[in-house]
Amino acid sequence: MNVSQGVFILLSAVVLIGAAGVVLHRNLFRAALFLILSFVGVSGLYILLEAELLAMVQLLLYVGAIAILIVFAIMVSRQLMSPQFRDRNEQWVGGLLVAVVLFAVLAFILLQVNWPTAEAAVPEDAIAQLGQALVEGDQFVLPFEVASVLLMVALVGAVIIAREK
Amino acid sequence: MGFWNFVLNFWTELGAWVGNVLSGWGLPPWAVNLIADVLGVLVLVVIGVAAVLIFTPMERKVIARMQDRPGPNRVWPYGLLQAIPDAIKMLTKEDIVPEKADRQLHMLAPILVVIPSLLVYAVLPWGPRIIGQDLNVGVLYIVAISTIHILAVLIAAWGSDNKFALLSAFRVVNQLLAYEVPMILSILAVVLFTKTMSTQGIVEAQTLPYFLVMPIAGFVFLVCALAETNRSPNDLLEADSELVAGYMVEYSGMKFAMFFIAEYVNMFASAILLSTLFLGGYKFFGLENAAPVLTPFIVFGKASFVIFLMLWFRATFPRMRFDHLVGFSWKFLVPLSLVNLILAGIAVKIPVADPRWEPWVQGGVMAIASLVIIAATAWILNRTARKLEGAPALKRIVAAER
Amino acid sequence: MQVPLSWYLIVAAALFCIGLYGALSRRNAIGILMGVELMLNSVNINLLAFWRHIEVARGTLTGQVFAIIVITVAAAEAAVGLALIISAYRHRKTVDVEDMDLMKL
Repeated sequence: MNVSQGVFILLSAVVLIGAAGVVLHRNLFRAALFLILSFVGVSGLYILLEAELLAMVQLLLYVGAIAILIVFAIMVSRQLMSPQFRDRNEQWVGGLLVAVVLFAVLAFILLQVNWPTAEAAVPEDAIAQLGQALVEGDQFVLPFEVASVLLMVALVGAVIIAREK
Repeated sequence: MGFWNFVLNFWTELGAWVGNVLSGWGLPPWAVNLIADVLGVLVLVVIGVAAVLIFTPMERKVIARMQDRPGPNRVWPYGLLQAIPDAIKMLTKEDIVPEKADRQLHMLAPILVVIPSLLVYAVLPWGPRIIGQDLNVGVLYIVAISTIHILAVLIAAWGSDNKFALLSAFRVVNQLLAYEVPMILSILAVVLFTKTMSTQGIVEAQTLPYFLVMPIAGFVFLVCALAETNRSPNDLLEADSELVAGYMVEYSGMKFAMFFIAEYVNMFASAILLSTLFLGGYKFFGLENAAPVLTPFIVFGKASFVIFLMLWFRATFPRMRFDHLVGFSWKFLVPLSLVNLILAGIAVKIPVADPRWEPWVQGGVMAIASLVIIAATAWILNRTARKLEGAPALKRIVAAER
Repeated sequence: MQVPLSWYLIVAAALFCIGLYGALSRRNAIGILMGVELMLNSVNINLLAFWRHIEVARGTLTGQVFAIIVITVAAAEAAVGLALIISAYRHRKTVDVEDMDLMKL
């Protein structure tokens, strides 16, 4: 066990405890805060993977935008947060079973496979390369543009749906 | 000569000396690094918090002078130590938690509001190599970390179980997200020019201050910094006359002091960020090479100037109405900074044969284009105002004035 | 020195399954959305882990680009999803998915 493995275990614990809080906590506002904890942990994992840009984007978009939107939506519909509110449906046992079985299968497979990993240092200009790749004609410019169109459509759609008549 | 060299390079010498002393104790290298890092963190945190002691008296004195009154003048000298009795007062006040509040969240919010403000100091440069950590995504890190501030305010509002606090929370999301967008766009224009996101690299790349190269981005950033740090005229989150104190309404004593500290720490951080991005950071007409010992003071001086500007805004502008504030961001600042971004993108693509002249040619083109855009904006605004002159509501106001 | 690839994959799988459980067992639409966000995050961990351990040696960037696209899609999804939830709440005064069983408002 070395330092980065120790850090990994710590961060994974943060991520998984946060995730467990999200699905188990009865108070939805607290659940959303656990979601943010989990997002921050994931961002830490990205730093451990030496993807600093993605880590920051994760903080900026997930914590700064998505999580805050969720908290906001919870505040708007706050009358529903009464303690009597049942937040688990009838199929939760089945859901739990599916999740556990899926995890068992996935873990079994993941440990069986011999991944073709190769050690290499991340290049100094990884971020610049990423920027180039996103706009280079023969690389990822099409998905990039489609994503921007999707964002635009989603934005306009969200405004139209949520606007009061 | 050796003495002068020591004085001029004091900060580098100090770092080397600390390292030597620690290794002299027979510590292994990792322990030396660890202790040096902890010391660095302590220094940064102390600087951040010391900003409160420096800038509260400054704020009270400056605004008092602008409003033609003496301001605090009892605590020696000239009331400059007013912050100390204030702090003692805060510490001795009763700690109240509202009965129906969510206790844990109520306690969590003041802590969460200070942490991101202090984390930002890790990447603010005080001189060449005088920086907490020179991240290659430094600017993005600052933007990302500061979004946690919104979260802290939301938790404070929710945890207090108060109508005013909740109203303030609805404003938080609206205002801070609205002003984050033009802020990031104006930072992006700078990053396009410097070709790096490291704060240190941005200062190094500024041959002439970007305030002159892209005045639009500088202006947009200043306005957004006012809104992001929740300073008047954009302090709609706590607006005394409408929301009492907004999300802070239920906080007393030390917990309120945390919010107070965070506000000043934030203000100082964004002032340093503005001077880093637009005023040349620790550079000052070659002084940073002649006497590296002065660089932190140069940064401090520039940041104080920016804070003075913020105080000036506060003393002279009335508070904006909320829909005006949000509309100003989406309808004015965002298009303006988008145009600025496009201009910057074109300007950095101008081919220049001699790399020594590159920043001057590209910067000059950018500056001229910015002036054209400013003139065009002024013309459009003027024309709109002319059209409004015929509007019935305005006519009534003008008639009432007469 | 490095953390093995399989550790990341296991954590991501665990995160995915927790998110799946949340999406299946919550009655509240916002709760379901949070579960879905967790699942998207686990996918991103996988993509970046594969990038770091397999792609870096090959000099390609597909994992990072894919992760960026996923984050974008997640943002769009959250915006539209929350708009729908707020709209439904406004019309029917509920965010319980079991009460939203009509295909009209």
